[in-house]
Amino acid sequence: MLDEAWSLSSSVALRPEPFGALAYHFGTRRLTFLKAPGLVEVVRGLGAAPDVRDALTTAGIDTAEWPTYVAALRRLADTDMIAPRTGGSA
Amino acid sequence: MTELDVRPSTPARPATGSLVEQFEYGLDAPICLTWELTYACNLSCVHCLSSSGRRDPRELTTGQCEAVIDELQRMQVFYVNVGGGEPTVREDFWHLLDYAVAHQVGVKFSTNGIRLTPDRAAVLARTDYVDVQVSLDGATAEVNDHVRGAGSYATAIRALDNLAEAGFEDAKVSVVVTRHNVGQLDAFKRIADDHGATLRLTRLRPSGRGADVWDELHPTAAQQRELYDWLVGAGENVLTGDPFFHLAGYGESPMPGLNLCGAGRVVCLIDPIGDVYACPFAIHDTFLAGNLLRDGGFGQVWRTSELFADLRSPQTSGACTRCQFFDSCRGGCMAAKFFTGLPLDGPDPECVRGFGETALAADDRAATIASRRPADDHSHRTAPAVRRPVPVQIGTRPGPSAPPVSACSESPLAGFTRD
Repeated sequence: MLDEAWSLSSSVALRPEPFGALAYHFGTRRLTFLKAPGLVEVVRGLGAAPDVRDALTTAGIDTAEWPTYVAALRRLADTDMIAPRTGGSA
Repeated sequence: MTELDVRPSTPARPATGSLVEQFEYGLDAPICLTWELTYACNLSCVHCLSSSGRRDPRELTTGQCEAVIDELQRMQVFYVNVGGGEPTVREDFWHLLDYAVAHQVGVKFSTNGIRLTPDRAAVLARTDYVDVQVSLDGATAEVNDHVRGAGSYATAIRALDNLAEAGFEDAKVSVVVTRHNVGQLDAFKRIADDHGATLRLTRLRPSGRGADVWDELHPTAAQQRELYDWLVGAGENVLTGDPFFHLAGYGESPMPGLNLCGAGRVVCLIDPIGDVYACPFAIHDTFLAGNLLRDGGFGQVWRTSELFADLRSPQTSGACTRCQFFDSCRGGCMAAKFFTGLPLDGPDPECVRGFGETALAADDRAATIASRRPADDHSHRTAPAVRRPVPVQIGTRPGPSAPPVSACSESPLAGFTRD
């Protein structure tokens, strides 16, 4: 996943909250809680970054924590909260 | 009431902690917002949470409703649960539905089905971001109509038929679980399945007119156990509109959803005249946070109401905190305690460990319940006509001693007799 281009799904809105953010998918009507401010920053940055690695770096995430973040991103991908960018390297 | 006024001022939110702990301190905007559009209703359900029936002349105008939707869009309230009263009897209901959807505010509306014609169902089937919940409180007309009124079962089933025939996917059949229908859960599930719909169960609350029938209608302790087992067995195929978190004390399986009272933290209610209450089950001055017309808009009320700040502070839960199940039920439902006359820091009246029953029996609650009656009641003033025998006696009329005389008699000599 690190070398792939991803972004927030087009049907998803992020709402900032003190603990992180709420992500709401208007299509599936699923509500997801992003419980770490760092993860919110990574997710917000996905669309503008060439790949996930770059999004993690830009958000200042320590490389030791990357596996945790990638696992969290995969869970978001499973529910279509984030999606691979078409035309990207995915 | 003073129960809510004795806690210390709002402490700072911890930087970390579980989601439940974070929710206790409230969110920037509600997740679950109920908006009752009108107090008018074609029915007079005996357990109506909002004592609805007659429209209130102060109800928000179309323009005021649009302004509320604009603000909800700015606050990113992703969807609202619209109810009433019967929301579809508002002339502008379908317009407001379209307006909300066009402004990224999804709508789930509850209806008794009265306006869900085949044409309307077809329009709804073509609209994204709309969920429909048809209320049904009995799997047979006999059980349903006893609570919701004559003909209401047929209306609801017709609405579900219309939705299914129009191709509307995944409507909800919304059931308030009572002593009379708890044995019909399988039958409810079949009705939902037959219509391509999902069953949604909610808890009977002693709110509104529900206070008058709660003693008679709320499930018995044995029935609560039956309900819990049924819910655990049904798993994710059945929705619980508000979690039955008071059942968590059975302890064997966690209840789905948020096991926490969300009032004023993640949940609230906008009533038809713009009053903002802590939750849809708590229409009473004690739980009134403000009015969105008078107090600077909904967001202002949500963020700055003293009541909500108080609800977002740690709650005192009395003896319940020493119970081994406190973490899963957190003392239960505030509104259920309030309207059954129990103290807010005591057990839920339906506490599955029986502490509620003890509290209900021990207290002289009548005066407390009377003092907690809501000021506003929009119930229909007339009861539906009841056909019953008219008592008459048939006898022989005594014969007239003289011709009848009346003021409108045509003869000027009426009443005179010749000497």
